[in-house]
Amino acid sequence: MNLTLKIWRQKDANDKGKIVDYPVSGISPDMSFLEMLDVLNQELIEKGESPVAFDHDCREGICGTCSLYINGRAHGPQTKITACQLHMRSFKDGDTIYIEPWRAVAFPVVKDLIVDRTSFDRIQQAGGFISVNTSGNTQDANAIPIEKENADKAFDAATCIGCGACVASCKNSSAMLFVSAKVSQFALLPQGQVEATDRVLNMVKQMDDEGFGNCTNTGACEVECPKGISLENIARMNREYLSASLKG
Amino acid sequence: MSILDSKIPEGPLADKWTKHKNDINLVNPANKRLIDVIIVGTGLAGGSAAATLAELGYNVKAFCFQDSPRRAHSIAAQGGINAAKNYQGDGDSTYRLFYDTVKGGDYRSREANVYRLAEVSTNIIDQCVAQGVPFAREYGGLLDNRSFGGVLVSRTFYAKGQTGQQLLLGAYAAMNRQIGRGKIKMYTRHEMLDVVIVDGKARGIIARNLVTGEIERHSAHAVVLGTGGYGNAFYLSTYAMGSNVTAAWKAHKRGAFFANPCYTQIHPTCIPVSGDHQSKLTLMSESLRNDGRIWVPKHKKDVDAIRNGSLKPTDLAEEDRDYYLERRYPAFGNLVPRDVASRAAKERCDAGYGVNQTGEAVYLDFASAIERYGKEQAYVKGLNVDDKVTVTKLGKEVVENKYGNLFQMYEKIVDQNPYETPMMIYPAVHYTMGGLWVDYNLMTTVPGLYAIGEANFSDHGANRLGASALMQGLADGYFVLPYTIGDYLAHDIRTGEIPTDTKEFDEAEQKVRGDIEKFINNEGSKSVDHFHKRLGKIMWNKCGMARNEKDLKEAITEIAALRDEFYRDVFVPGTEHEYNEELAKAGRVADFLELGELFAKDALEREESAGGHFRDEYQTEGGEAMRRKEFQYVSAWEYKGQPSEAAHHKESLEYDNIEVKERSYK
Repeated sequence: MNLTLKIWRQKDANDKGKIVDYPVSGISPDMSFLEMLDVLNQELIEKGESPVAFDHDCREGICGTCSLYINGRAHGPQTKITACQLHMRSFKDGDTIYIEPWRAVAFPVVKDLIVDRTSFDRIQQAGGFISVNTSGNTQDANAIPIEKENADKAFDAATCIGCGACVASCKNSSAMLFVSAKVSQFALLPQGQVEATDRVLNMVKQMDDEGFGNCTNTGACEVECPKGISLENIARMNREYLSASLKG
Repeated sequence: MSILDSKIPEGPLADKWTKHKNDINLVNPANKRLIDVIIVGTGLAGGSAAATLAELGYNVKAFCFQDSPRRAHSIAAQGGINAAKNYQGDGDSTYRLFYDTVKGGDYRSREANVYRLAEVSTNIIDQCVAQGVPFAREYGGLLDNRSFGGVLVSRTFYAKGQTGQQLLLGAYAAMNRQIGRGKIKMYTRHEMLDVVIVDGKARGIIARNLVTGEIERHSAHAVVLGTGGYGNAFYLSTYAMGSNVTAAWKAHKRGAFFANPCYTQIHPTCIPVSGDHQSKLTLMSESLRNDGRIWVPKHKKDVDAIRNGSLKPTDLAEEDRDYYLERRYPAFGNLVPRDVASRAAKERCDAGYGVNQTGEAVYLDFASAIERYGKEQAYVKGLNVDDKVTVTKLGKEVVENKYGNLFQMYEKIVDQNPYETPMMIYPAVHYTMGGLWVDYNLMTTVPGLYAIGEANFSDHGANRLGASALMQGLADGYFVLPYTIGDYLAHDIRTGEIPTDTKEFDEAEQKVRGDIEKFINNEGSKSVDHFHKRLGKIMWNKCGMARNEKDLKEAITEIAALRDEFYRDVFVPGTEHEYNEELAKAGRVADFLELGELFAKDALEREESAGGHFRDEYQTEGGEAMRRKEFQYVSAWEYKGQPSEAAHHKESLEYDNIEVKERSYK
């Protein structure tokens, strides 16, 4: 396959940045999208040019590092996968492909396609945990039976990989899907009840402080989430937030 | 006498850990505030250690090269974590987990370490549930288990195919709590490039900020490496792209012995290589072997027909299939340990029975499981068990519930639906049992320098059983290191902060800067990946699933030559003062090029077959690994300027509580 890539190049956080065109040829449909970028980068390096910087690590869709906005969609045209799981068979010979970084105030560009998502970490630091000592001297694991349905829902919420596709897809750059996934995981488990009030208040406050926008129920986040995190989680977080606010 | 002192406590096996905990020094809470600990790597081992040490009161500085600690490659572990809870009442016990692990490791691990691992395994599950880790549950609300290779009980706890993710997020949450309290200072996108030794003790590191390129000095009273394994020496592996040996290798060059580098796990069920462009391989969890049956055609003519597309595997009659694991190992069947399953796949493919174009793939088939589960569900629901359509539909639902995400992952990569046609799989490099030599306290041969998780060598011998890596990482980080490190740090309560403006830090920083400048100023013509791929080919072809004297000798020569060429001809674009992935990769590949040679040297020295280390010269008539009594030791290599000059030390392995016998899964 021969393709034209239009890639966002930005030297560092202070640079203005622009789209640069790169033709690539000899691309196999069995390559992953990132392997296609590897081919481009090898060519650039051989020519003595600076390779395109992009974030990637596990290349199997679980670490949440890759973060490409491909033809106007987070992680590209397929649903429920990350950019590293996208394969070139999803494109046609002769296609033009736009590749940009996540765009959000709370995700400043580091270089080219790499953004800084430490705002996500800070939200988790504000309350995304259960305060138990790591001594191992807790009660026996089976002393806390949990209804399978709730355990499964908590698991589904917990599968969020923290990639930021929800924020990138949202016209408001809202992080509600991300934050609600963690709030929901703990809200659905008995272990999470003790700190439920503080957790949701603190995490939402940190989310707002980081500059993420509000949720207007467009639902783009759910569509683009590579792990299929459900909008139900946002509804659950809103309920948690309301009842926490009433408790003060 | 060996200079290696494993410091295994006296007394009966089952009492050693308890006794040791009672005997070692403690640091009082007020004094812990005066002590700094550096932890490099934030996977299950590093993350859990950072959280626990911070909670105990130490000042922790944690480092990872990823943009968040949550992205360490522990996140990709799929199948599960072992613990001797015996919730299933199927005869499990601490002793059995210990026994299975020592046997699974082909009698090449330390009894005392493994027993301790089995002992604390149950705490891990309690701890993780308390943290809100959503393990799979049964309808009664209690925890579910499944079975993994090399064992006859169900002791594996799991969270669908994302167990590693859920456990890591648990450790990450525990870390976040401490970061929020200011007890952990987190340095993301930082790479450790040297360890600083002051008066013979590890007292700090030199790290590079990967965003700005700045070289930083960080001091502490002890340094802990939880930096994972070195499987990326093979280029293609199931490791993350960034996984590397650099931290461990720099430690080795500063005096830490490297143990059993040749013990590598080649995992039997990975998606086969599809072409030269491939950058990494994807694992299909071992848990799939609970329900998947592995086979190739019995007859060559069917192999040819499948390869040229004229025959579908689903159309091949049952009697024309060779379920070779069930045939060769009736007792364990498809659930033999990984090394055994991998070699058996290689044997069939080498004999010409591989089912894809490259001849390097076997089938992993779920048709029987779908039918079995479907019938069970049909009975439960009172439906017609002879209605094939209904049974298949119900069966697929059960299989999807158990392995849905794995099947989806497979379909995305291969573009085939594994519910309709069997998966194709082939072995790939997955884990390294070798690593930095540590004593019972997890301290390396450098005082104050610790190695935990996959970065050390201690618990898995020559082969790791499935679902034991997560167990070891968390055991080391949550429950072992936090005790043992106190014994060492108790002597540092009056030391005070370690200054970084000393000649030792100057020297280490100069060295790091020198190495970086060498790469940037090198007038080479080839990319880092070019050399990494060539190293990978040598490793896979000559140090892979089967090794022999001739190949290993060639590998040693070829790797040394490749290393020379690399330093002469590698081209690194850009500067050192910016985000520069090629520069980071160059440093990592340089270390792989040294480690690779030591790896081959170690494999050559070990004239026996054990676990993942299979020497063609040492096999039984049936083609099984042949251990040799005279090699019942740990090889620990001391750096002497060049990998070829590494000094060989031996730690003899004693088995007082377990009878060393032929490892049979028949």
